[in-house]
Amino acid sequence: MPHDHPDHAHDHGLSPSGHPYRADNDGPLTYWQRMEIAVRELLIEKAKITPAEITAQIEAMDARSPANGAAVVARAWCDPAFKARFLADAGAASREMGFDIGPLNLIAVENTEAVHNLIVCTLCSCYPRNLLGLPPDWYKTRQYRSRAVREPRAVLREFGVDLPDSTRIRVHDSTADMRYIVLPARPAGTDKMTEAELASLVSRDAMIGTGLARTP
Amino acid sequence: MAERVRVRAMMPPGHVRAPSYLRGKEGVIERPLGAFHNPEQLAYGLPAEKKPLYRVRFRMDELWGKAAENPGDTLDAELYDHWLERL
Amino acid sequence: MDGHDFALWEKRVDALMVLCGAKGFFTVDGLRRALEDMGEDAFEKHSYYERWIAAVNQNLIEGGVYSLEELGTRMEEIAARGPTYGEAQNG
Repeated sequence: MPHDHPDHAHDHGLSPSGHPYRADNDGPLTYWQRMEIAVRELLIEKAKITPAEITAQIEAMDARSPANGAAVVARAWCDPAFKARFLADAGAASREMGFDIGPLNLIAVENTEAVHNLIVCTLCSCYPRNLLGLPPDWYKTRQYRSRAVREPRAVLREFGVDLPDSTRIRVHDSTADMRYIVLPARPAGTDKMTEAELASLVSRDAMIGTGLARTP
Repeated sequence: MAERVRVRAMMPPGHVRAPSYLRGKEGVIERPLGAFHNPEQLAYGLPAEKKPLYRVRFRMDELWGKAAENPGDTLDAELYDHWLERL
Repeated sequence: MDGHDFALWEKRVDALMVLCGAKGFFTVDGLRRALEDMGEDAFEKHSYYERWIAAVNQNLIEGGVYSLEELGTRMEEIAARGPTYGEAQNG
């Protein structure tokens, strides 16, 4: 199954900092890149948008990452009153922790031994981007979007999550105005860990439901 | 007792948020979500009235019949009131 | 591992989409409608942000923010600036 770790390194080599080179700024200019430049310039010239707004928006999106969601999950594991607020209104609980999530309507769904939740958007690519940042590529593929609702157990096995028949799977299709985040089950043997240590166990996939929280 | 509903099976052209794989299928209302502007009007730049939105829970065997991996697994989706028939 | 970083032009498409939506130039539903109207094969032929800039543009044209003639003229000018995005990105 589609993980978004294509072997860039084998295609382009690595930069001195160990990252794959980005080909976008020195590759041949495409039709769609020209459209982006044209749309941006026309919006700026017509005073609909300022360059500073564009820069600020890119920085705001770059600042959002799965670490934000992991912090909220770790708090919910440590603080029962916060967990109750998180399950009642995940958006309000995330704002309470200081995360700027804009107008996001967020619902948290809790994984337990009896229930495993999986998030998908079959119609497009809805994702709690204002908390977790932009979705991974595989989340946007037609393959994931069509299979997650029809054969979630097979999809989960391909992600390395093999659940017994006794665990009920609940798939959540983000079809309208809500976005979803999975509250993963807290792994065993983590009683003595701090909130920050716990957050490091929470992967992006665990909050989509295609993974589980890591065991230390 | 959860309220039972069926998703309307109409297939108009254009932008709707009721996925085709759910049309004609029966489920139960999991929770009301409040009222939201109708996407079928928003999509065409029209003034949009607010419509009640619900999360509806379906059993996998209702959606996929014998092909369901586990009949008791469920799927939740958000559906606007005007796409639901009360049973 | 949290996946690849997006290219600058893709981040700009994302920012334009969010900002124009917040300013009321179009709705996310208008974008989705434009994406769906591209047809199934657009999904095979074009990348995610290629489709999104097409949808953003479609909605801005429909909303009268600028004209097709303005867009076409500008895209021609941009092509003349240089062969790479780096050279063409700022007018």
